[in-house]
Amino acid sequence: MSFVFYVLAALTLAGALAAVTLKNTVHCALALTVAFAGLALLYLDLDAQFAGFAQILVYIGAVAILIVFAILLTKGSETPKEGVYSKNSFAGLVIAAGVFAVLGWAVIESAKVLPNETAAPSVTVLQIGNALMGRYVLPLEIVALLLTAALIGAVIVAMHEKGGAR
Amino acid sequence: MTPLTSYLLVAALLFSIGLAGALTRRNAILVLIGIELMLNAANLNLIAFWRYGPHPEALTGMMFAIFSIAVAAAEAAVGLGLVIQIHRHAHTTDLDRMNRMRG
Amino acid sequence: MLMQEGASVAFQPVGAYVSPIILQLWLIPALPVLASGIIALLKQAKRKTAASLAIGSLSISLLLSVAAFIHVISAWSIGWAAETIHPHGAYPHREVFIITWIQFGATNVDLGWILDPLSAVMLVMVSFVGSLIFIYSIGYMEHDENYTRFFCFMSLFAGSMLGVVIANSVLLLFMCWELVGLTSYLLIGYWYQKPTAAAAAKKAFLTTRVGDVFFLLGMVWLYSQTGTLLFYKGGAGALEPAALSGLLAQHAGLGLTAAGAIGLLIFAGAAGKSGQFPLHVWLPDAMEGPTPVSALIHAATMVAAGVYLIARVYPLMAAGPCACGSTTALIVVTWVGAFTAVFAALIAVAQNDIKRILAYSTISQLGYMMAGLGMGGTAVGMFHLITHAFFKALLFLGAGSVIHGCCEEQDIRRMGGLWSKMPWTFGTYAIGMLALCGFPLLFSGFWSKDGILEAAQHWTVARTPFYMLVFGALLTAFYMTRQVAFVFFGARRGNEPAHESPRVMTAPLAILAFFAMALGLIGTPAWPWFRAFLDGRAVGFDWHGFMEPGLLALMATSMVVVFIGLSLGLWLYGGKSPAPEEPDALERLAPMPWGWLRDRLYVDELYGATVIAFYGWWARVADWLDRCAWGGAVTGVAWAFRGWARFNRFLDTNWVDGAFDKSCEELASGGGLLSRVQNGRVQTYLRILAAAVVGLVAILIWSSRA
Repeated sequence: MSFVFYVLAALTLAGALAAVTLKNTVHCALALTVAFAGLALLYLDLDAQFAGFAQILVYIGAVAILIVFAILLTKGSETPKEGVYSKNSFAGLVIAAGVFAVLGWAVIESAKVLPNETAAPSVTVLQIGNALMGRYVLPLEIVALLLTAALIGAVIVAMHEKGGAR
Repeated sequence: MTPLTSYLLVAALLFSIGLAGALTRRNAILVLIGIELMLNAANLNLIAFWRYGPHPEALTGMMFAIFSIAVAAAEAAVGLGLVIQIHRHAHTTDLDRMNRMRG
Repeated sequence: MLMQEGASVAFQPVGAYVSPIILQLWLIPALPVLASGIIALLKQAKRKTAASLAIGSLSISLLLSVAAFIHVISAWSIGWAAETIHPHGAYPHREVFIITWIQFGATNVDLGWILDPLSAVMLVMVSFVGSLIFIYSIGYMEHDENYTRFFCFMSLFAGSMLGVVIANSVLLLFMCWELVGLTSYLLIGYWYQKPTAAAAAKKAFLTTRVGDVFFLLGMVWLYSQTGTLLFYKGGAGALEPAALSGLLAQHAGLGLTAAGAIGLLIFAGAAGKSGQFPLHVWLPDAMEGPTPVSALIHAATMVAAGVYLIARVYPLMAAGPCACGSTTALIVVTWVGAFTAVFAALIAVAQNDIKRILAYSTISQLGYMMAGLGMGGTAVGMFHLITHAFFKALLFLGAGSVIHGCCEEQDIRRMGGLWSKMPWTFGTYAIGMLALCGFPLLFSGFWSKDGILEAAQHWTVARTPFYMLVFGALLTAFYMTRQVAFVFFGARRGNEPAHESPRVMTAPLAILAFFAMALGLIGTPAWPWFRAFLDGRAVGFDWHGFMEPGLLALMATSMVVVFIGLSLGLWLYGGKSPAPEEPDALERLAPMPWGWLRDRLYVDELYGATVIAFYGWWARVADWLDRCAWGGAVTGVAWAFRGWARFNRFLDTNWVDGAFDKSCEELASGGGLLSRVQNGRVQTYLRILAAAVVGLVAILIWSSRA
């Protein structure tokens, strides 16, 4: 594999690791952003430009910001007294390690049957647009509906009670 | 080690890290962060398979990933809104304290 | 199945002519029974209704009986007209009607009724005398508050007695026989509040029961041997030649044939009902019942049922005569009858209760009837039965009138001088008394008793019964004279003034008195209408009937005997009126025999010492067995059960319940344990989920590796 891949992979993984281990919650959110960025670059490496830019736009631009807002609104910046890890967190760690083991095993086992390298596809935005409006128009519309519902739902959920939340 | 395999392993590792975060941290928002990492790992998987699988011109993997991104965004919004509301109620985001629905 | 049989050869009906009489014959007993049932449902206050129902139903039965009687007479006279062709035949007219009641496969249990001269004449007698006694009872039972109950039982009795008379099936006869016994018990114990009455009723029932057991045995034996319960059935009945020859062929041990043994068993039953020695002990005690009851049941009808039964099964009793000219059964009947006649007459001499004298007189006369049956056949015995019914009923009703008039006094030593105070009663009583004594010529008793004495004189087996019966006639005249002298003549020894009875009571007396005299006419040797009617032979008025050898001598002998008895009585008791405390005239002459006779020859005491004592002992043994042995066993079983129940309860509470409770507790604690998984913490749930995923994927991959 290429050097770029290793660097990007290391970046992403480091960011992810930092995101789940840091004490300060805001630092976690920022580390998450780094991870997202790393992923976006990995997408670019995989010739999925649109996905990469969408990743940057949505995840870094919206989700990470949202998380930061939420942290600030819930006074998450304060470190709790008992520590950041929950009770019996070691069990969780073991389970996560188990999951990685199983997944890794699955990947390595199936390495023989996985398809070979093919030529890099060239994907234009026009093609994506056509696909969205053609073959995937239904999912598109549904996602639109979903987003609307999520919008309304988030508003309602987060409304102050005095404001007539139902 | 084909490129695909390495991407898949990276994705698997990312997924496990995200899962570890979701399972071990006390703060609810960090659980959400872990979930976002898991989703991203899945997206990486999809894109990798799209790139190295047959018929990348069908754009299936890419579309899937894009929709996944959209949905993840919506879900993050709603989830965080819920966390905020819970914080208003219980004045904490500590998951260990939120055990009123127990048997 | 209907049969008409037995007219003479010349009168054979072509095709079966079914006379309506035989079809409706069942109404004769059914109507009084029905009336009894209706009366049983009436309230006590409805006295007139009860009396009218009883008398009305019995009167209708009387009319039907008279119609049947006339029918039989006409059939007889038709047959008799044809007798001129066959002068030696004797075919009594006989119609039967048979119903199959139950069928077990090939065997039948049949009921049925029969209309022949025997039953016709008995039907008329029972219903006529019964109607008169019912009318008398209206007056006698006037002051009794259980008037309706009286008529209910009397009606039931009348129905059952008529049922006994018409029964063609021995089973039907037995059922009505038992009903008659039951009603006798109910009526003797009518005033059940009196302990003596209740005891007398029980004694009557138990004593007749002893006879009935033998009767039942005989009946069952007869059925098993002949295969039929019917007396007459067109050749297949139990009393018809085919069956009788079969019975004669069987030997039953003790030198008897089956016919003889069955005959003796049936006679045992008749002896119980008709008060022959030794089962006579209940009759005098039965006088505890009201006088109409004594008149109807214990004088005229029920006690005559035994005699009627013997007359009915006479072909069985007379089957297979031995060289002496008679059968064992008939010989036994004769001896028992003759002995009873003298035995009871002796005891009657020393009694002081007006009804008890008549009771012993009845037992004595029943002995005469049995002896007459044994020696002379059905006609002789039945004629005395018919005449006795009338004059004995008359005597009892007259005694009731005397008791009523003397305000319930029954001791003859406290009566006297009643002939002027109660003229009607006296007149009719005198007629009855003379008829009973057998006063010559004018009174029916003379002719019927003479018939018996004539048969006794010609009896080939022995002469002793004749002498016994003659002695009995003497005693009869003697004690009746004593009774009449004490009751009606002499000075008045009672406390209260006597008065004549109302006309409702004296009218039946007069009617009975008329018949007590008139019935003699049909039994004279010059015109033996009754005998010929029963036997189905021709009859004509012939003075030469008196010219039979020895007949006039016999009539003279009996006349002399009666006069001796009468004069002895008058000599000892006529004109004298001893006070109750003084010893009797005869007692002064012979105190010891008088004492024995007054104490009824100690038969009751003998029974008390033997049978009843044994029974008491047996009852005590049974009581001990019941209380200690069976009771102990039952208590033991109960204890075992209780113990078992306690053990079960222990098991149930501790083991079963305990196990169940334990398992429930375990379940609950297990549930508690399991519910700790639900600790309300999301991360726990997530961890479990992830662990499950790990496991499942591992399995998936592992299984797909192969």
